[in-house]
Amino acid sequence: MTVLFGVFLLTLLVITAIAIVRTKNLFVAVMLLGIFSLLIAANFFVLDAADVALTEAAVGAGISTVLFLGALALTSEFERTPTRRRGLSLAVVVCATLVVLYATFDKPTFGDPNAPVHQHVAPWYLENEPELIDIPNVVTAVLGSFRGYDTLGEVFVVLTAGIGVLFLLSARPGAGARGRQAARDGSRIGLQNDVIPRVVGRMLVPFILLFGLYVQFHGEYGPGGGFQAGALIAAAFILYALIEGEERTLEVLPRNTLIALAAGGALLYGAVGIAGILMGAEFLNYSVLASDPITGQQWGIILIEAGVGMTVSGVLLLVFHAFAARDQA
Amino acid sequence: MEFLGMYHYWVFAVLLMIGFYAVVAKVNLVKKLIGLSIFQAAVFLLYITMGKVSGGTAPILPDDAPAQLVSNPLPQVLILTAIVVGISTTALGLGIVVRIKEEYGSIEESDIQEIDRL
Repeated sequence: MTVLFGVFLLTLLVITAIAIVRTKNLFVAVMLLGIFSLLIAANFFVLDAADVALTEAAVGAGISTVLFLGALALTSEFERTPTRRRGLSLAVVVCATLVVLYATFDKPTFGDPNAPVHQHVAPWYLENEPELIDIPNVVTAVLGSFRGYDTLGEVFVVLTAGIGVLFLLSARPGAGARGRQAARDGSRIGLQNDVIPRVVGRMLVPFILLFGLYVQFHGEYGPGGGFQAGALIAAAFILYALIEGEERTLEVLPRNTLIALAAGGALLYGAVGIAGILMGAEFLNYSVLASDPITGQQWGIILIEAGVGMTVSGVLLLVFHAFAARDQA
Repeated sequence: MEFLGMYHYWVFAVLLMIGFYAVVAKVNLVKKLIGLSIFQAAVFLLYITMGKVSGGTAPILPDDAPAQLVSNPLPQVLILTAIVVGISTTALGLGIVVRIKEEYGSIEESDIQEIDRL
């Protein structure tokens, strides 16, 4: 049964990917990319990666689709030029595929508990996590504590990418943008004239926010954490912006608040690390944050997950607003 | 299980190369970024596939059943963060594409090279 389900999902994945590459209509391609993300999220779930599935569903199927559509609104919806040197590209790609396929025959058996990937640090994490950190979700424990440096780095990468988008898109629109203004005037109020999306969407927003907060604060016990929660909360506000228009969303959550949220989250993460040093341990060692090491670890993880959630939601919303504001400029 | 495992790796290889094809053969910059997303997703799939342990479940150890067999949490952690970093870098790429469109009036690579040559 699992085999059948796995094969079905994977085959659909390949079909969707081929359809994405073949279509000339970029709008269709972006929509298919959303389906592709959802399918791969289902695959991750089948492969026991609940946290990853949640992230992929929120980020890949939700936010990335919106960002691509935002970019399409500012560029063009159709691919004009036909594929260049198709034969040569196909030949290169087919050769590369054969090489990768050849390499897959050397890979360890699927699900083999003795595969090299399961021999290194992972068993140590699984064995010692209950006594060192004692939260049920090992993924959150590894993410927040054992590999806290990595996560700190990723948070700063997200922040830097957000700053980069702001720099790129908040520059004064050039001559090209002025001509578009007239054409865009009519379509800028979002879905305000459509009754059904408005009513249903408005009802959904508070529940998505609530779910985002649940995922944030329940991440130690079930699948979830700052990355997923940040994406979900950003998705709730983006949905609100699509229904009610961008200005009303900016009234609720002004741009400066978002900048403070994005930078503050990364700072909070760093501050927790420095607090570790000040209290006599290493950078990002949370054991000293409370009187007993396990409570300290749990406090540290809760704090840095809050920081991650703040930065991710702040950056994603800033990026969304940067694209939307460009659209109206 | 054997067949399903090989099938996972084959799908990884095919998806990787579909994404690669879109990046090298397509002229449209947005399409190239879409190809890059597929390429990226294929790598994610490979990592998660390798982390799977037969008969395991998600790496969540409740207090009442701490000794159950679970899949490897480490690849999941790496990919979890990689997904969010991936969307941030895609957003940056889309930002650059939007600026290119404003400066050149086109997002087709051939047009852009044509304009640059003049």
